[in-house]
Amino acid sequence: MKKILRQYGLLIILSVLTMALYPFLPDRASNISRISVQYLIEVLSILPPVCILLGLLDTWVPRKIVEKTLGKGSGVKGAGIAILAGTAAAGPLYVAFPIAVSLLNKGAGVFNVVIFLCSWSAIKIPMLMFESRFLGLSFAGLRVALTIPSAIATGFIMDRILHPGAK
Amino acid sequence: MFSFIICIIAIGCLILSALKSREKTMLSLQISWKTFKNVLPFILTIIIVIGFLLTFVPGPVITNIIGKKAGFLGVIIAAIFGSILLVPHFIAAPLGGSLLRQGASITSIAAFITTLVMVGIVTAPMESKFMGKKFTLWRNLLSFGFALLIALIMGSVLK
Repeated sequence: MKKILRQYGLLIILSVLTMALYPFLPDRASNISRISVQYLIEVLSILPPVCILLGLLDTWVPRKIVEKTLGKGSGVKGAGIAILAGTAAAGPLYVAFPIAVSLLNKGAGVFNVVIFLCSWSAIKIPMLMFESRFLGLSFAGLRVALTIPSAIATGFIMDRILHPGAK
Repeated sequence: MFSFIICIIAIGCLILSALKSREKTMLSLQISWKTFKNVLPFILTIIIVIGFLLTFVPGPVITNIIGKKAGFLGVIIAAIFGSILLVPHFIAAPLGGSLLRQGASITSIAAFITTLVMVGIVTAPMESKFMGKKFTLWRNLLSFGFALLIALIMGSVLK
């Protein structure tokens, strides 16, 4: 009960507020309802398929194999796998930290791990579909196209910073 | 139309997955359901917040803060908000879309989204616990810089 209240508290307050506004500012109140319903339809039409795709990607891209390959792979191949691995997984960035640590322990380079973290947080195929719906396909596409080189550059710079002396 | 295509893709992948392995499909559906359940309250809340935002905050106010007129300062403001806030992408996209409609500049919204996904000040203590202080500091600093760069490029390409 407490959890529900915490999760939906603001929603309930704002809904009640909207209702309360009707007698005083009918135009504004109906405007709020109209916009909210419009967004609700848009979100509900795309959220379920996006969640299904997130789940499917998460189970079908085997994490064990990714960890094994990333541990050894380096250079272009390693970077490619790091991007794919980050892209496929579901969950927020803080879920990725323990995985990143285990990758480092298994011998993956800083370069790969940074790229993995960057793509985990910034690029998710189902999320991109969601983003395209609201911000446009060119927005989402360009963002990804620019994020990949930045992730690689970040990985490269951090590799140099954290391992001074190594070639 | 767009949602329809994505629905078809999702259903197609689901059938393919079920044909290959029923167990894995059940497992992934459990993950899907968990994700859905977790983001739903946030999304419903942000939807009504957007309703309020578009109704009560006049377009000129948004244009002045993060619009074209605000220039680089507006972009920095958006980037700082994006770095601090910890909101799922599921919320950022509709919010960004509604702000764009109200006159925010593409550069600002791009800065907001890119910093939101790449920089995490709230998660930094957790990140440094796992990855170390130096790693966390540099990853976030570099990501902030690249996020700004990405936003500036996006703003000049997408008009």
